[in-house]
Amino acid sequence: MFVKDLRVEWRNRETLALMCVFGLLVVFLFNFTLETGREEALRGLPALLWVDFAFVGILGFNRSFAAERENACLEGLMLAPVDPGLLYLGKMLSNLVFLGVAEGIVVFAASLWYNFSFLPAFRSFFWIAFLGTVGYVAVGTVFGAIAANTRMREVMLPVLQFPVAVPVLIGGIEATGGALRGDAPSSYAWAVRLLVAFDVAFIVLSYLLFEYVLEE
Amino acid sequence: MPREASPAEHALEARHISKYFGDHVALRNISLRVAGGDCVLLYGPNGAGKTTLLRVLASLARPDRGEVLLDGKKVRHDASSKFEIGFVSHASLLYGDLTVRENLRFTAHLFGLRHAEARINEALDLFAVRDRQAQLVRSLSRGLQQRVTLARALLHRPRFLLLDEPFTGLDAASAESLTSRLQHWTDKGIIFSTHSFEQGAAIARRLVVLEGGRLRYDGPFRHAPLAALGIRPSTEARGSKL
Repeated sequence: MFVKDLRVEWRNRETLALMCVFGLLVVFLFNFTLETGREEALRGLPALLWVDFAFVGILGFNRSFAAERENACLEGLMLAPVDPGLLYLGKMLSNLVFLGVAEGIVVFAASLWYNFSFLPAFRSFFWIAFLGTVGYVAVGTVFGAIAANTRMREVMLPVLQFPVAVPVLIGGIEATGGALRGDAPSSYAWAVRLLVAFDVAFIVLSYLLFEYVLEE
Repeated sequence: MPREASPAEHALEARHISKYFGDHVALRNISLRVAGGDCVLLYGPNGAGKTTLLRVLASLARPDRGEVLLDGKKVRHDASSKFEIGFVSHASLLYGDLTVRENLRFTAHLFGLRHAEARINEALDLFAVRDRQAQLVRSLSRGLQQRVTLARALLHRPRFLLLDEPFTGLDAASAESLTSRLQHWTDKGIIFSTHSFEQGAAIARRLVVLEGGRLRYDGPFRHAPLAALGIRPSTEARGSKL
């Protein structure tokens, strides 16, 4: 599933290009509202980044299942003797890679436009972004599959996704803010623990319930 | 030493299947048994429930009542039964951005097939699409896509074939070739739907007529009360089988 998704994306380069362009546009537009000094950037940047990741992710999840919807390929998957949980993990992995690449480009652009270096806290920031993205993708992959079978799928996905992903966004913003400010890790450890707990809970739940999601 | 079951002893069976879409009853208490070697034409007007019945038999739709059994075992949640069923629907089930061979290779991986490349070659040859194997599915005509879809459905050598309008998009030569294959697959249980009664009658040995989600007739062609069922075959078809 993962290899197939990468191959399809390599051929048409639609999803990733769309995600990156949209992510850059959001950073660019916020550039006009936020001051570019370090102190000002530290206040607004974590929230800006996670809101950007959230919007970019929604685009990716919608596109990800558009390919499966075309020619009823999702039914082709359901006809195969494969554990639906494994299909979920494969789809989640490809969504994770696509969103991860888009996030990398967004962060690079943000560092340039806001004149802010992520390097001093890069390791902490990387792991926080990874944990947050895993949780967000874990939920988004399930809701992407659910929304794919609805008529108003483009609208339905964010309506389903955002409320459930609130803990990821809160944890991500708080932990990112702490890491970028150079606070002691203990001061934002609760946020990291929240991300880990959310990741584990949603991956396990989604793995077990994906079979029912695929059914009509 | 255990005796190997003959094709006729294997059976795909729908028992008292009902399926609702909101207030609309798509299938009403349908029971049907298809043994290995049976070739069944599923016939009826638009909205009769043919596609829904085939989807229920393929485990793509959950019946609201009743159950589907394969060799006496419930099909739902039984992954092994998926090896035994090949399904062709209105949609191609193919990825447009993958080549013909890549699509079949992906299916072979999903089914965990051994000697996948040899099987893929065999399926490509069977439907005469080997020369198109490197082409993206998106670039193929509807008829060629249908041939690849048929190759995909047969790749894992299922014992039962569920074909929803398999002749759609096929040119005369391809339709004739498929007709010939369906007539000669006597080891498989086949259920197919088509709007051309004559075409179906040339292949199937048994007729199942659905109307408004109800089973109107299930039996051999010769005994079918065609006039009462509202079916008017051409003189040619009447002379050949009916």
